[in-house]
Formats: sequence, structure tokens, C-alpha cells
Amino acid sequence: MQFTFTAEQQQFRDVVQRFLKDKSATTEVRRLMETEEGYDCAVWQQMSEELALAAIPIPESYGGAGFGFVELGIVMEEMGRSLLCAPYFSSIILAAHAILNAGNEEQKQSLLPRIASGKIRASLAMTEADGRWDLAGIKMDARVSGNEVILNGVKSFVVDGGTADMLVVVSRLAGSQGTEGIVFATVNGDAPGLTKRNLDTMDATRKLGHLEFKDVSATLLGDEHELKSSAGSEALSQTMDQAAIALANEMIGGAQYLLDSTIAYTAIRMQFGRVIGSFQAIKHKCANMLIQLELAKSAAYYAAAAVEAGDAEVPMLASMAKAAASDAYMLIATEAIQIHGGIGFTWDQDTQLWFKRAKSSEVFLGDPTYHRELVIQRWKEQS
Amino acid sequence: MSKVQDGSVDSAAVSSAVSSTGDSNETEIRKQVRSWLKENWSPDLSLVDWRNKLADSGWGVPAWPADWYGKDLPVALVPAVEDEFARQNAVTVARTGIRMLAAATILEHGSELHKEKFLRRILTGEDTWCQLFSEPGSGSDLAGSTTRADFDGERWIVNGQKVWTTSAHHAQYGLLLARTDWNVPKHQGLTYFILDMEQDAVEVHQLKQMNGHASFNQVFFTDAKIEPEYQMDALGNGWRVAMTTLAHERRSADGLRRFNRDSGLSGPIYEEERAEIATVMEPYKWYPQRAGRVDLAMPRAKETGRITDPTVRQEVARLLTMSKSAEWMALRARAAQALGMPQGPEGSLGKLAASHVARQASRVHTLISGADAMLKGADSALDGIIAEILVSVPATSIAGGTDEIQHNIISERVLGMEKEPRFDTGPFKDVPKNVS
Repeated sequence: MQFTFTAEQQQFRDVVQRFLKDKSATTEVRRLMETEEGYDCAVWQQMSEELALAAIPIPESYGGAGFGFVELGIVMEEMGRSLLCAPYFSSIILAAHAILNAGNEEQKQSLLPRIASGKIRASLAMTEADGRWDLAGIKMDARVSGNEVILNGVKSFVVDGGTADMLVVVSRLAGSQGTEGIVFATVNGDAPGLTKRNLDTMDATRKLGHLEFKDVSATLLGDEHELKSSAGSEALSQTMDQAAIALANEMIGGAQYLLDSTIAYTAIRMQFGRVIGSFQAIKHKCANMLIQLELAKSAAYYAAAAVEAGDAEVPMLASMAKAAASDAYMLIATEAIQIHGGIGFTWDQDTQLWFKRAKSSEVFLGDPTYHRELVIQRWKEQS
Repeated sequence: MSKVQDGSVDSAAVSSAVSSTGDSNETEIRKQVRSWLKENWSPDLSLVDWRNKLADSGWGVPAWPADWYGKDLPVALVPAVEDEFARQNAVTVARTGIRMLAAATILEHGSELHKEKFLRRILTGEDTWCQLFSEPGSGSDLAGSTTRADFDGERWIVNGQKVWTTSAHHAQYGLLLARTDWNVPKHQGLTYFILDMEQDAVEVHQLKQMNGHASFNQVFFTDAKIEPEYQMDALGNGWRVAMTTLAHERRSADGLRRFNRDSGLSGPIYEEERAEIATVMEPYKWYPQRAGRVDLAMPRAKETGRITDPTVRQEVARLLTMSKSAEWMALRARAAQALGMPQGPEGSLGKLAASHVARQASRVHTLISGADAMLKGADSALDGIIAEILVSVPATSIAGGTDEIQHNIISERVLGMEKEPRFDTGPFKDVPKNVS
């Protein structure tokens, strides 16, 4: 699998990085995180139309750009670095992949081009009030008749769920158990019977919605004859694995930003007549931050390349990448605050923004403990 | 953007990228090697006779200068030559131990006399070498050597002590770093010598480690003698020469493991080779345990039934994630090198990762073993292997540069952070030292 980026990929990274540096300065991040929708419509449009970022992972046959997961990883890493406030994770990582994994040909033809163009912003409503990221957490009741699905229940921790134009909802056929009876359905954000509100999030750059469904009429995603099989649960775990890998790449981008900004600070902050970066107490911390980052980065890159190569080990690699990135990002964020000292604990200093993203990312899609358990379940002894 | 993934294991791709300096060239070289081996290779020759033929032909060390037993071949073509040897099961020149570091250093800094006298017998394996750098008083601070060489008008007289010297007990020659000038800053007062180990003034004692093995030696010099022509490079240039040796040590670490594989073939020349490798490898037999034996974690967790314990599962998963990530990090570094980016201080990242992995592995093996972790030898798990892991892992974060030194290297050379203030920049005689 690929272990260095090609010259073209490097150029692509430069383009994305320049754009985000321009559009996602921390002043912008601070402005947008205080708004209800949490993103800038004009920037989203520009990202989608001029840079075609929304189209990156979507095949050309569905109106996308047809790039691979490695390019998607680059986009995620740069978005993580710049702390971009945009509905990219919800619409492109979660919803688009859910549709790719669970939808039939006709549904993909009809839904994906609008997502790829950025015209509509979708999200995946999977987690419920108990905050579980696995199959056992899906309790929402689905009654299916033909292509219509009637949904009743609660979805929570839905990224951009409060403002999304469309939702891909994961539910369960009444009376089904285990891997069978998982139902994917799509519904408009303004469907009758759907009540939405934004949760008050610690990380204001990632908006989470709380959604209540009362006899909401949704459209079946996938085919009715597959409902009794495990097709739905397979599509779900595939989506969650891809999302975990995308998130891991986003996280290492954020962690890299924190390491860079912290190193820069240690080179100007004077105490006891020396820059603090000349003290071994600080240098060794920073070296440790780098090694944890590089290990997590290697896992994130490897997992992204594995998705693109169709590697059978993707589920295990996803959990390794997510666990490694979560631990590394949190460690680096914690030490970044520590090395900045008192100023690092203030609202006006930017480190806290990334710290909060590190914290929300640590838990989002399953914390490291959850993923380590999956590593053990998914580990196959190699030759 | 192009798609470059092909789903295959990348290491093959990386090595082919390294060795693809002209396919036609490689085909021609392979043809030459094949035909020369066909004419000359015979498993009935003695090891030394065969290797003398190799030295004369240049095929033993094809990347060496044509004047000195080589063929001036680009390094990238060497794997092809080695591959042809392997296909014929032909024995190679002696490559194990310190001898190849000695050869590389002599080729770069040695005189004609050194090359004439030593290189051939290095290749045939007739001479064994050792490296006399570390001292009890200078471990991390290698340039703080206090072993002294004083010129008495005719020859150099050496007094002092070296330590951690592998193979000193059966080496004919040592690569010695000694202080020849105490009035200049420490890096400038060192000179590099070739020391004849077979003299009474050189005493070698084994050093027993906490894991019970004795892989290294202490070497004591009491008026040991060195003829003036055995000085290597200029007076006071020893530090630079030592850096050459150490650079080759790092570079050859991967290769050595490969060379030390048993051929598995029977016949007198293979037996001779096997004995040679066994002697060189003897000190290293606990090294796999030193690295933590990650491979045993999951099988042991299963066979002991501890795999059902959620804490064990967490810690094993942490270990596997760390260990796989370290492998991938090494692959990334190699892929970058294959694209022509030089190997830099990033090597320190790999070494630190290995320390983290080894320590976590030790924790995991303790967790899995429970009370058995108090035992060793036949009373303990896997006939003492687990116990050996627990008491060998501490070496990983010390040997070859401590974790603390690696942290310094990373912060200063990778992250570009400011250097620590130093207190050893004046004349070496005034620098505070350990009391010996």
C-alpha cells in the first residue's frame, strides 16, 4: 500500500491547505462557532464548487470526483489542522458513505449528485440518547411498507443534525434482533413529526443535534427484500469504519497544528533568561508529542490506504487508527495547554479551541477503550 | 491526481524502487554473476579459500572500490548480486559482527597500509574486530572519553578502560577512540586507532547483566602499545572517524539480521559458516526478548485464558496498536528514503517507538502471567522466556543511545528547538568528570 504521497497528492494538499488558511482563520472559527448553523454558507459553496471538495470520495458515476480515500484523508487532515467549521464530516463522510454502502443503484443516482455538489447538506442519524456507537444502540422503531418507513424514537449526538437538509436515519424493524432488521431510511430535515434542537456542545466547532421522531414518514434506503438479512448492519459497520478512519486523519491534522504552534511558542517565551524551549523538561515533552503524533499518523495513513486498496483488515485498522489518534490528540492537546502555561488556560488563546476538538473527537464515534476492544475482536494472527 | 495504490505489500515495491537504477544494467550484472559463480563456486572449498576467491574477483563486495576487492558497482545493484548468490546457495564474504564497520571506516579514513593489511582478512573472516568506544565514565557523552593515548617518542601507549565491548574476548583488533590532547575542547582531542588486542597489556573481562547473560566485555589497558602507523586519519580527528563507524552501525542494523540467518544447508563450507555465525550471534540470543516479544502477547493471553479479562484485552490492544503503528512508521520512513529523501534524525523516532513498545509488552506479559511473573527458568512460563522478557526490556531504552538522548536529538534536530546550555566546551582538562 501507499506510504508516501505522490507529487500530485502533495500539490492537492497545498491547494486545500492554502484555501483553508485563507477561509478558516481562528477569527472565523470563533465567529462561526457562536452561530446556530456553525458554518459559512459562502465558504461551503466555494469549497464545493471551486475546489470540488464535497465531490472527492463520491464516484464519478454519481456526480462525484471519484478520488480515493487517500485524497479524502488529506482533506480531513487539513480540515482538522485548520479547525474548519463546515458540514463536511456530516454530509460527505457520514451521509454520503452511508448512502454508498446502503443504497441501491437508483437511490445513489438520485441522492449522491446533490450531496457531491454541496447543494444539500445531509447527515447520519445513528446514535441515540444512550450514546452508543454499535449495533446494540439502534433502538429506533421502523415500520416498513414498500418504500415508506415510519420512524418513531430519538436520535442524538447527530453531527449537524439540527440544520441538515436531509438525514440518513438508522433504525430497526420492530421485533428484529442482532445483525438482522437494520433499516436505513432518508428523510428531509423539515419532515412533519421531526423535532430538532442543537445540543449545547463543549466543542462549539462541532454541532450536535437531538432529534425526536413521531410517526415520521421516511424513504427506504436499500431494498425491502434485504431487510431481514444482515445487509443493513454490514452497511452500518462499514460506514462507521470509514468514518473512524476519516476522523483519525482529521485528528492528526489538529494534533499537528497544536504541536507546531506549541513549538513556535517555546521558541519565543522567555523565563529564567532563556527561551523555555531550551529546557529539557519542555523539549522532552515535545519530542514525546512528536513520536505519539507520528505513530498515530502512520496508523491513520495506513488505514486510509487500506480502504482504497480494499484491504480485508479495514475494520481492525479503523479501530487501531481511531484509538491511536484519540490518545495522541488528547495527549498533545493536554501538553500544549501545559506548555503554554497560564495563558493556555485562557479563552482568548487559541489552544483551547483545538483542545475541545480533541476532547470531542476522542469520544465521537467511540472512545479509545471501545475501539481497543474492537481491535481484540477483529485481530487476526498474522503469518 | 493519480492512484498509486495497488494493494500489494509495499516493502517489495520500496525495494524495487531502490534497486531500479536501470533494468538492463541489472540484467547484465546478474548474467555476469551467474557465469562467474558457475565457473568458481564450489561448496567443497574451505571457507577461507572460497572467500579469497571472492576477494580477488570483486563479487564479494561489489560496491567497494575496484582497487580494494570490489567492483565500484552502485549500491543499488548489490541486492541483485546478493540474490544471484542466494540462488546458487553460494556463501558470501564474512559480514557479521563489527568487522564490516571496521572495513567501512578503513575504506573511508584508513591508509593504504591499513587497507592492505586488514581488508582481505576481514572479508575472509580470519580476523574478528571489536569497537572500543564506550567507557564507564562516558556513556551517553561518548566524546567524554578519558582513555588516553600518549606518544612516547616511538609508539602510542594506551591506558584506561572501555566497556560494552561485544566480541572483545575473541577479537584480533579493536577500533579505539582515545584522548591524545587534554588541552583542547573534548571533540578535538580524540584520535582513532587500530589496537592489537592480542597483547598482555589488554585485559578482557566479561560483564554480567541483570538478565544473567554476559554479552559484553570490559576491556582494561595498562600501557598497551600501538605502532604509529596504526593511527587512523589525522591526530585529533578521532571524533569524525568515530561518526563514520557509528553511521555504518545504524545503517547496517537491518542488514545484519538478514546476514545472520542460518543457510540450513549441509556440507563442510556451510558448517564452517554456521559456526562463524553462531559465535557472532551468541551474545545476541536474548535480543528478541529485549524488544518485548509482542508476537507472544495474543497467543499467551489465549492459552492462559486471560483473554477474557477486559483489562488484559485493553492492554493487549494498546500493545498491538502501538507495535503495528511503529511498523507502519518504519515503512513510511523507508518509502521516503526510496524516493531519495535522506535518512535523518527521524531514526530516533523509531528507536523511541521501540522503547515504548518494549515497555508496554513487558506490562502485558506481567499482566497475563500474574503470579508466574515472579518465577524464572523451568518454573516459569515458556521455559523462562517470559521471565527473560521482563528482565531484558530495560536495556531497550538504554542501549544504542538512551531514550533521553533520543528525546534531545528529536527536539533539537527534528523540531528545531534550542540547545541546552553546555558546560563542556572549554579545554577538556577543565571539564568536570566522573571520579574514577
